[in-house]
Amino acid sequence: MRKAKIALENGIVIEGVNFGAEGETYGEVVFNTALTGYQEMITDPSYKGQILIFTNPLIGNYGINDEDIESRSPQVAGVVVREISKFYSNWRASESLDSYLKRHNIVGISNVDTRFLVRQIRDKGAMRGVISTLDFDDKSLIEKARSIPQMSGLDLAKFTTTEESYIFNPENNAKFFVVLYDFGVKLNILRKLEKLNCKVLVVPAHTDAKDILSLNPDGIVLSNGPGDPSALTYAINNIKKLISKKPILGICLGHQLLSLAVGGKTYKMKFGHRGSNHPVKNLITEKIEITSQNHGFAVDPESLKESDVEITHISLNDGTVEGIALKNFPVFSVQYHPEASPGPHDSEYIFKNFVYLLQKTQNNVF
Amino acid sequence: MKERISSVLIIGSGPIVIGQACEFDYSWTQACKVLKQLGIRVILVNNNPATIMTDPEFSDATYLEPLTPFFIEEIIKKERPDALLPTLGGQTALNLAVQLYEIGILQKYNVKLIGSNIEAIRKAEDRELFKKAMEKIGLKVPQSEYVKSIEEGISFAEKIGFPVILRPSFTLGGTGGAIAYDLEDLKVKLEKALIESPIKKVLLEQSVIGWKEYELEVMRDKKDNFVVVCSIENFNPMGIHTGDSITVAPAQTLTDKEYQKLRDYARLIINEIGVETGGANIQFAVNPENGETLVIEMNPRVSRSSALASKATGFPIAKIATLLALGYTLDEIPNDITKKTPASFEPSIDYCVVKIPRWDFEKFKEVDDTLGVQMKSVGEVMAIGRNFKEAFQKAIRSLEIERFGLGCDGKDEIEILGKDENLKNQILERLKQNKWDNFFWIRHAFKLGATIDEIYTATKIDKWFIYNLREIVEIEEELKNTDIFKTALENPNLAKELILKAKQNGFSDIQLAHIWKTTEKEIRSLRKKLNIIPVYKTIDTCSAEFESYTPYFYSTYEFENESTPTQRRKILIIGSGPNRIGQGIEFDYTNVHAVFALKEEGFETIMINCNPETVSTDYDTADRLYFEPITFEDVMNVIELEKPEGVILSFGGQTPLKLAKLFESEGIKILGTSPQSIDIAEDRGKFAQLLDTLGINYPPGDYANSIESALEIARKIGYPVLVRPSYVLGGKAMKIIYRENVLIDYLKHEIKISKDNPVLIDKFLEDAFEYDVDAICDGKNVLLLGIMEHIEEAGIHSGDSSCVYPPFMSSNETIQKIIEYTQKIAIALNVIGLINIQFAEKDGIVYVLEANPRSSRTVPFLSKATGIPFARIATKILVKNSDEVMQEFNLKNFNHKTVKIKACKTPVFSFSKLPNINVFLGPEMRSTGEVIGLSYSLGESFAKAQIGAGNNLPLYGNVLISVNDRDKNEKIISIAKEFINLGFKILATDGTAKFLNLNGIKAEKVFKVNEGHPDIVDLIKEGKINFIINTPLGETSRFDEFAIGRNAIKYKVPFVTTLSAGFSAVEAIKKLKEGKLTIKSLQEYHREIKYEFAK
Repeated sequence: MRKAKIALENGIVIEGVNFGAEGETYGEVVFNTALTGYQEMITDPSYKGQILIFTNPLIGNYGINDEDIESRSPQVAGVVVREISKFYSNWRASESLDSYLKRHNIVGISNVDTRFLVRQIRDKGAMRGVISTLDFDDKSLIEKARSIPQMSGLDLAKFTTTEESYIFNPENNAKFFVVLYDFGVKLNILRKLEKLNCKVLVVPAHTDAKDILSLNPDGIVLSNGPGDPSALTYAINNIKKLISKKPILGICLGHQLLSLAVGGKTYKMKFGHRGSNHPVKNLITEKIEITSQNHGFAVDPESLKESDVEITHISLNDGTVEGIALKNFPVFSVQYHPEASPGPHDSEYIFKNFVYLLQKTQNNVF
Repeated sequence: MKERISSVLIIGSGPIVIGQACEFDYSWTQACKVLKQLGIRVILVNNNPATIMTDPEFSDATYLEPLTPFFIEEIIKKERPDALLPTLGGQTALNLAVQLYEIGILQKYNVKLIGSNIEAIRKAEDRELFKKAMEKIGLKVPQSEYVKSIEEGISFAEKIGFPVILRPSFTLGGTGGAIAYDLEDLKVKLEKALIESPIKKVLLEQSVIGWKEYELEVMRDKKDNFVVVCSIENFNPMGIHTGDSITVAPAQTLTDKEYQKLRDYARLIINEIGVETGGANIQFAVNPENGETLVIEMNPRVSRSSALASKATGFPIAKIATLLALGYTLDEIPNDITKKTPASFEPSIDYCVVKIPRWDFEKFKEVDDTLGVQMKSVGEVMAIGRNFKEAFQKAIRSLEIERFGLGCDGKDEIEILGKDENLKNQILERLKQNKWDNFFWIRHAFKLGATIDEIYTATKIDKWFIYNLREIVEIEEELKNTDIFKTALENPNLAKELILKAKQNGFSDIQLAHIWKTTEKEIRSLRKKLNIIPVYKTIDTCSAEFESYTPYFYSTYEFENESTPTQRRKILIIGSGPNRIGQGIEFDYTNVHAVFALKEEGFETIMINCNPETVSTDYDTADRLYFEPITFEDVMNVIELEKPEGVILSFGGQTPLKLAKLFESEGIKILGTSPQSIDIAEDRGKFAQLLDTLGINYPPGDYANSIESALEIARKIGYPVLVRPSYVLGGKAMKIIYRENVLIDYLKHEIKISKDNPVLIDKFLEDAFEYDVDAICDGKNVLLLGIMEHIEEAGIHSGDSSCVYPPFMSSNETIQKIIEYTQKIAIALNVIGLINIQFAEKDGIVYVLEANPRSSRTVPFLSKATGIPFARIATKILVKNSDEVMQEFNLKNFNHKTVKIKACKTPVFSFSKLPNINVFLGPEMRSTGEVIGLSYSLGESFAKAQIGAGNNLPLYGNVLISVNDRDKNEKIISIAKEFINLGFKILATDGTAKFLNLNGIKAEKVFKVNEGHPDIVDLIKEGKINFIINTPLGETSRFDEFAIGRNAIKYKVPFVTTLSAGFSAVEAIKKLKEGKLTIKSLQEYHREIKYEFAK
């Protein structure tokens, strides 16, 4: 058993046991309350730069398999769990979480009172932190935690976006052609689009609007991704140019960018929404969706008052904006993750609605 | 828009039987609170007197009437409810709702069914319709076919191969369910299953034994909003009834992809079945090899699992189901615990919950203790920890089977000293049999070097669970290899680390004491010295994402403690633990009343309990709730944190009481009767001494510690004798013995008498009348609550005896003596609170059989009969001046003798759930529940109790009479005459027939068993006997009586064993024939009674 420590910027230091890789790692410390899906979460690019606490105390039980990934490799800066299972049991599993993290050089810490950390974050807000197996000096660890850059103002998408454009499903003779702005896309968004008969061209976050329009896609998707949306001014400017031209679907960071592009404002939440149990009300249908969420920033509803934007979804937990639609264009976005993975499939209709708009556009209804 | 409903009828689940326990009292009690808050008139029917829901303040009109369409129609006719809510009262209520609809009663009185609809119930309950519905939405179910005959069964089984699962239609708790392994097996089991099904239909099903089993607790509102409250993974694989499976929440070994598939299916299923609003439970089987998923079943109602899910997550399913039935939607209902967020979410939990069923095979020795598709457990415990190992070990010590974790507690069946391949293989063979205690044997197997794969092959328990058990064993080994006291001196940090690790994985102090060869106390003090004390975490529905406002805790060993005691005056109430035979819902009832009373008196109440089925473990009941095992260690930890000014343990039955001495030695203030007094009452020698000084008779007897001394005592006091091991409680292993050679055999083989294992031998008062008395005492004055006369033969455990309140066949002198003795004993024991005393009267002499200075099984029964909340009164006496209490409850003029009501209590057995059970009653209690019959006449009350207990009294036909010589008297003559007047024909065994004929009563002689054919048993089977009066004829006839009794139960022929009961039965049949059974609500009775003693 190798010792490890986790320190938060507010001066809390807890000792635990190391798993995964050895070393030292830094990031904003956040927690996710989902009961299943650690593999998806760990590989979700939206967690770039974050140390992830699982509130479910028993992690690793079903191992790691080759399929349930949201990107090619782990994205989190570090993992904090109450208990890591040394043994896994599942017919699809191919290795343990421990060895997977080791292989990808991700530092983990177990045997810590994760609930205590979660309560700290809940009460004091998201905090910067450090996990280390190298440095056990509390003061030094706290100093390190305090010296990490704040999440606000950080463009992290530049680390998670694709370097080159690529077509996700080249063999597919799809009906629709969609361009997806990759800020750190989860694979399941691509899989969902593919399933709905879309050929998806994934392009880097910096791609110019002109270049996109020259491809004449049926629609555009703004993907999820990490960091502060307001730091992505280049993306916001490009989106502004696309709004009146093509149907657009924004997801998570994509939703925030769209909101910024239409004149809204975003703000950093106290500790964000991360989990698979978030009730969202669709204000159009009045139905409730249990959604998968992962966001530390949100759109300020006041800032949308003057714009031609309708708030379509709100969080029932705290009333935050969870979805918007433009009144005059086939453009909409959701703050949560309709592609789930992990999480319930209640919101799959978002993709269907998008494809419906693509169909209408093809038919020149607009 | 909400439904415009101003009154609702709700149907309880009746007496407690295997498969239907007090979880439905918990759910209805929640529902009643909600309905009352909304100003809806609640009309309630349930004939289980020990439920909180039937307390008159929980509804507007409470009917303790039998749960049959006849009585419910009468209630509907009188009360004219707008709606019937059928989904919170288990299978009983659901079946009744269907019946009421089918007969047309609901339509006739325009009663709207809410919370479900007939079509949905049918689709979910009828397996054929269910199968079709599943196929329609593209889901797979195990291959199956309905059969109505053995021939049909054989042809299906030949088609799909063995093993085959049998499931009779419309039964609860899997009654009659079985697994057939071959053709012969199928024939036998199918015959029985066909009898069990009320519609004589049995589903034969492809076996998916060994697959992983999951349950989802889901809710849906009228706008099609859908949430999964909890996922549950069964530790035991398919093939073992969920009620008999160890279960774990949340699901542990499913990836998100697989879990979401189940969630998607659940949503499809609830939509297709058409459950518009409310809760449902859906079970799935998952093939561990490839994830293939089959739908097993769906319950369109609140279930045992939903009670568990509610307690496990803090999400009150029953309460929310009620609101949904009234037309609310999930987002309109706030989450009680977080207050700020709505109920339209899926709870997230940051702990592991383990439920272990509580079996009582000790009470049912002849019942096969192999687990299968028919549920056999009588209760359950739930435990919570931050990992599986901690929760699992806590659950084991919650079971109250004198075990304190996964072995190494000094109670192991075998001590494993080294590797032994032979023994290992034997154990692996044993593991294949699915015995309830397999988990202990898995530990043995590991100690013998078995691998995870070997254990998996034998048990098909998921390897992840097996691995966790192995980790427990590994930690045990690690602990064993350390000299802890030496380490504590030399390297306290290392010692601390090790003990902490043990505690984090659920090891109890008793286990550590055993491992380190010391005492629990030593471990406790070492722990405290090293500052290893538990912290308490909150059950908050949301994994700490939101602040919670409900102090609902479990313990673990971590960094942060979330339970901050208040500065209020506070009292801790210790719960009654898992339901089992002899320790049932009655004790939870009195504990809940203690909570209510203390709240009224301004105290903060703290409840500690581990039974997820109960009202006491509703976070809404006590001010603070600790979901913890009831052991010295776990309770002391709470006491040391909360520092209550007193502890109440006399309301929860034996469970808390046995901790009395330990607490006293720790200087804890125990409210009520002192532990010394409790000790005097429980110690046979000391109690006899006390009775001697009071000049009160008791059956002669003494302790013996050898066969010789036992025989000497027996000779001195004379046979028959009542024998029991002295350490035993609740009548366990008690026996009535008539002859010396039987006594020798019993002492040698069953008891293994020795110096360390003494036996108590008492004179058995055959043919005595027995009485139960409850009283409240403040140390000076005694308030006698009521005397109940047993109408079962003497020697039958009081919990298994039908009884009548007030007594009706007793002389004034006897009653006077009982009153006098009760007063003397209560005062001599300095009882503060409740006391229950059992008396017997024989030949004009009154004997005391036993005294229990605590709450009893009959307190709720008496409270229901009289309308006086005795448990509350007894609680208040503990904390304030008794005169004030008497005044508050206006009891100055209460006299149990003037109460005009006639109440009858009848036990209910779960014999049909337990194949091969010995149905003959004796000094060991075997009933699982009870019903009440209430009216102003004995006959009517008896009739109601009998009907309520499912014993259908005949209106015509043949009565078999077989009585002993003492009963060949005037009474039996008049009973027989009455039967003839009512149009019955009398059959009688030889001696009885002669006696009756001599006295001018026509009685036809019938053969006893072995006298020739057709004998009594043949006649029962042919349906030619409709009622049986059979008083015990002493030992020689026991075999005959056994055969009669067993067949009577099998073929549902009512039978009584005393003339008092025979007399009551005649009166009851008379009432039934007159068609004069009336209904009346408790509120009406109580008004009338109070008027009586106000006069």
